[in-house]
Amino acid sequence: MTETTRTTGVSRRTLLKGTAGLAGFAAGSGAITGFPYVKSAETKVLRYLGTAVNEGDDISKQCLKDTGIKIEYITATTDDVTKRVMTQPNSFDVLDTEYFSLKKIVPSGNILALDARKIKEFDNITPVFTKGETPGGKKIGGQGTAPWKVLYLEGKDSKKFATSATEFVTLIPTVYNADTLGIRPDLIKRPISSWSELLNPEFKGKASILNIPSIGIMDAAMVVEATGKYKYADKGNMTKEEIDLTMKVMTEAKKAGQFRAFWKDFNESVNLMASGETVIQSMWSPAVTKVRSMGIACTFQPLKEGYRSWASGFCVSKGVSGPKLEWAYEFVNWFLSGYAGAYLNRQGYYSAVLSTAKAHMEPYEWAYWMEGKPAEKDIKAPDGSLLEKAGAVRDGGSYEDRMGGVACWNAVMDENDYMVRKWNEFIAA
Amino acid sequence: MSEEVLQQASPGLIPGSGTARAAKPTRLSPSFISWLQAGPMMLVFLAFFLIPLVFVVIVSFWDYNEYQLLPAFSGRGYTDTFEGCIAQLPDLCTIGKTYVKTLKLCFMVWAITLFIGFWVAYFLAFHVKSKTWQMGLSLLCTIPFWTSNVIRMIAWIPLLGRNGLVNSGLVKTGLINHPLEWLLFSEFSVVLALVHLFTFFMVVPIFNSMIRIDKSLIEAAYDAGATGFQTLVNVIIPLAKPGIVIGSIFVITIVMGDFITIGVMGGQQIAAAGKIIETRVNALQFPAAAANAVILLVITFLIITMMSRIVDIKKEL
Repeated sequence: MTETTRTTGVSRRTLLKGTAGLAGFAAGSGAITGFPYVKSAETKVLRYLGTAVNEGDDISKQCLKDTGIKIEYITATTDDVTKRVMTQPNSFDVLDTEYFSLKKIVPSGNILALDARKIKEFDNITPVFTKGETPGGKKIGGQGTAPWKVLYLEGKDSKKFATSATEFVTLIPTVYNADTLGIRPDLIKRPISSWSELLNPEFKGKASILNIPSIGIMDAAMVVEATGKYKYADKGNMTKEEIDLTMKVMTEAKKAGQFRAFWKDFNESVNLMASGETVIQSMWSPAVTKVRSMGIACTFQPLKEGYRSWASGFCVSKGVSGPKLEWAYEFVNWFLSGYAGAYLNRQGYYSAVLSTAKAHMEPYEWAYWMEGKPAEKDIKAPDGSLLEKAGAVRDGGSYEDRMGGVACWNAVMDENDYMVRKWNEFIAA
Repeated sequence: MSEEVLQQASPGLIPGSGTARAAKPTRLSPSFISWLQAGPMMLVFLAFFLIPLVFVVIVSFWDYNEYQLLPAFSGRGYTDTFEGCIAQLPDLCTIGKTYVKTLKLCFMVWAITLFIGFWVAYFLAFHVKSKTWQMGLSLLCTIPFWTSNVIRMIAWIPLLGRNGLVNSGLVKTGLINHPLEWLLFSEFSVVLALVHLFTFFMVVPIFNSMIRIDKSLIEAAYDAGATGFQTLVNVIIPLAKPGIVIGSIFVITIVMGDFITIGVMGGQQIAAAGKIIETRVNALQFPAAAANAVILLVITFLIITMMSRIVDIKKEL
C-alpha cells in the first residue's frame, strides 16, 4: 500500500478502474487468466488454487476494484487440488480447499495456518464452524470430517489438529452447503422423502451417484442407513467390515442394473439429469439450479434422514511470506466482508459470515435464500438470469432447517486406502 | 504412456540407423555419423521415456501413506493390487476382471478398426486413381480430428441417449416400443466411440503400405489367373502387413491405456486398467498407481512383442 505514493499523475482509483475495466473485457473475451499484464507499481497478484465453487469472474473483478489484488485462478478438481498441494506447494499462494482434505494436507506440512487475530470477522463466523451448531442453537451432526474437528492447529508450525480453539486456523471458512439427492419431479410424479429411494427398483436404470470415492461412499452410507440395513457409529469413519457391507449393498444394486451411469463432474451430473437419463441422483445445489435454469423441473430434495454437508475455506501455501502474506490476509478479509458472501448465497451456497453477506443482499433475497420464505419478487441468479418467479420457496427451507438437518460431513476415513480399493471393485463389478 | 510404448516397440522407425549416404568419403567414420544422426532422438527418448519409466518402476516398489511417498522398499503397491486374488479362485478378482474387460474391449476395437481401416485404405490405394483425389480423401479422414477428443465423445450422448435422436427416431417409426437402454453407457457405446476415434490410426499406416505395393504384382497375379480374393489374400494382405501391424500397435496401445473414453461413454461403470491408475493417483497412492502402470506396461508390451513376432517390422520397412 505504501507504494501508492509512487504513482505519478494518475490517482490510484482511476488506475484501478482502468485495470478493472480491462479485466472485465478480458473476462468477456474468455481470456480470464491471460489478460494483458498491467505494469503498475502496485500490482498485487495472488495465485489462487481451488475448485470452481468459489471462483467467479465477478468475485475477482470486485476484489481487484476494492483491494487492488489481482486473483489468478488455478482451477482443479478436489482430488487434483490435494495432489497439487502435495507435489507442487510453491505453484500457488492461496489455497481454497475442503475441510475433509485437511486430514491429508495438514500432515504434509505444505500449508501455512492463518492467524485468527488478523481475520477481522473471525468472531462473526457462523457457529456452524466453531461450535457445530446453527445460530439458532440446533446441534449439527458431526459424523465424518466435520469442520470444527479440524479447524485449529496446536501451534504455528504444528501438523496436529488442536482439540480446543487456538489462534492458528487451518482453513478460514468461506462457503459450505448441505447436499441431498436431486430428482426430476416431472418424471417421478410422487413425493420422495428418503435416501433409500436411490436404490428403489422403481428407478432401475435411472439412478446415479457420483464417482468420487470419499463423497460417494457417504451417499451410499446414507442410503444403507435409510434402508434400515445397518446403523453406523460414524458414517465418515467406517471400519473395514462396514466398508465391505456398504459396498456389498451398492454392488448388488449395480449388478441389478440400478444405475444408469456414475458422474464425476458438475456438467456430467447436469447432462444426466437434463437429458432424462437419470431421474434421481446425488447432486450439487448449483447443478440443480443449472438444470432448472434450462427450463427443466429439478428439485434438490430434502430427505428425512438429513443432509450430507461439505465446507471449504482459505489457507496459504507454506512458501508465502512477507508482503504477499499480507495481501493474502487482505484478500481473506475482503472475501469475508460481504460481497463474495452475498454472491455465493445467491447461488444457493452459504457464506461463512452471515452478517456481512446480509448487508450486501436485498431484504427479499435474504428472506428467500436464508429464511426459507416465499420470494417477494423474482429471484435472479448472480448473472442476472431468472431463477425463480415470485412466490417460490427454496428447497429445504431456511438456513436453520437445512444446516440444522445435517447428518454427516464429507470425510477422509482412517481406512481410506481400503475404501478406495473397494470402490474400484464396485466400479469394476 | 501408450505412444511411448510404441516408440520403444519400433526402434526401426528412428531415422538414420546408418544405411544411407555411406558412399561419400569423409574423415568421420560412418558409425560415428550414424550415432550423431540417431543421437538427438536417443536423448529425447532417454530423457522423456526411459528415465521416467525407471522412476515409475522404482516408485512402484515404494511404500506410501495418506499424504506422502515413503522411499523404503515395499511390494505393497503390487500386493494390494492383487489382494484376495488367490483366495477368490476360480472366480476372477477385480484386477483380473478389469484386465479381461480391458482386453476384450481392446480386441473388439482392434478387430473393427482393422476391418474398416483396411477397406478404407484399400479404396484409397487401389480404387482412387488420381494422386490429388487420394490426397484429398486422406485429408477428409482427418476432419474428425479438427475438434477435441472430448467433444467428439460427448457428441454421441444426444444421439444415443434414452431420449436421443436414434431412440426417438426408432420409437416414432414404430420399430421399438421402449427406448433402447444399451445404446449409451454400455460396452456398445464405448466400442463405438473408440472405433470412431481411432480408425484413422489404422487407415494411415495401411494406406502407406498399400501405396507402395508395385501395381505390376497385381497385374501379374491377374495374368496368372488369380481371382480377386486370391490376389487379396496372397498378394495384398502379405504386402500390407507392416502397415497392419503398425496400425494395430497404435490402436492397441491407445485403447489399453484409455480411461477417458471408457469413462465417459461407459457412464463410469466400466472398469479399465487405466481407470485403476487414475483412481490410485487421485487418492494420492502413487506407488500403487505406479505398480498398476508397470503391470499395464508389461501386458501391453507382451501383446506388441507377439505381434512383432508375426511380422518383422524392421525387415519389412
